[in-house]
Amino acid sequence: MNLEALFFYAFTALALGGALLAITRRSAVHAAISLMVSLLGVAGLFLLLKAEFLFVSQIILYIGGILLLFLFVIMLVNLDAGRGLRQFHQRWPIGAAVTAIAGVAFAVLWSRVQLPPAQQMPETGNVELVADTLLQDYLVPFEVVSLLLLVAVVGSVLLARKRA
Amino acid sequence: MHYVAVSLAMLLIGTVGLLTRRNIVIILMSIELILNAVNINLVAFSHHHGNAAGQVFAIFVIAVAVAEAAVGLGILLALFRNRETVQVDEIDLLKW
Repeated sequence: MNLEALFFYAFTALALGGALLAITRRSAVHAAISLMVSLLGVAGLFLLLKAEFLFVSQIILYIGGILLLFLFVIMLVNLDAGRGLRQFHQRWPIGAAVTAIAGVAFAVLWSRVQLPPAQQMPETGNVELVADTLLQDYLVPFEVVSLLLLVAVVGSVLLARKRA
Repeated sequence: MHYVAVSLAMLLIGTVGLLTRRNIVIILMSIELILNAVNINLVAFSHHHGNAAGQVFAIFVIAVAVAEAAVGLGILLALFRNRETVQVDEIDLLKW
């Protein structure tokens, strides 16, 4: 087994194991830490796919940003009151069945796909390549996304603010 | 392409968490898992086709995920202040 396959399976185990723990833990803090493990595994997969810029932004944005936001909200909202309660609601078999049907459907569809032959990335650096694509071909969506972020941040401050 | 299998598994784990858990915080975490599964898929196909557009879309997905988490957690804080609960099946004010 070569080294790349070894790293692939290690990162996959981190990503999927962390995800499984995140949705099954009783304590929300444990779930958040498991989610961090899972996000680190995904970041490793990005590195294996030679997407270095996404690797760094995954760690900075997801683990440094979103996960911190989750931990702050867990701290502000008293979640310990819900620890002794049921963790799954009453109609969970319907949700599990829908997921199983979707999984089988995706697997069947994927097994029929014929992929075109693989192509090499251009030899320029990854950050340079992403920046060129982002700021030349996708400039308008980029500006729209920055506007969306501004609106979302202002909106969440308005929502979370105490009524004066 | 083993990456697509990983992405599918992660999507399914996220969907199970989204549809079966009672705690809103865990449900928001499941949404993050689903968006991460999408990102794995985008980056894997970007690598396969030798084209950076997939990675640019992954950046957009991350930006939208940040916006979604900020608004979702803001709504959660306002909801908790009003209703004193974070269990989704106890929040049935709009139910028929």
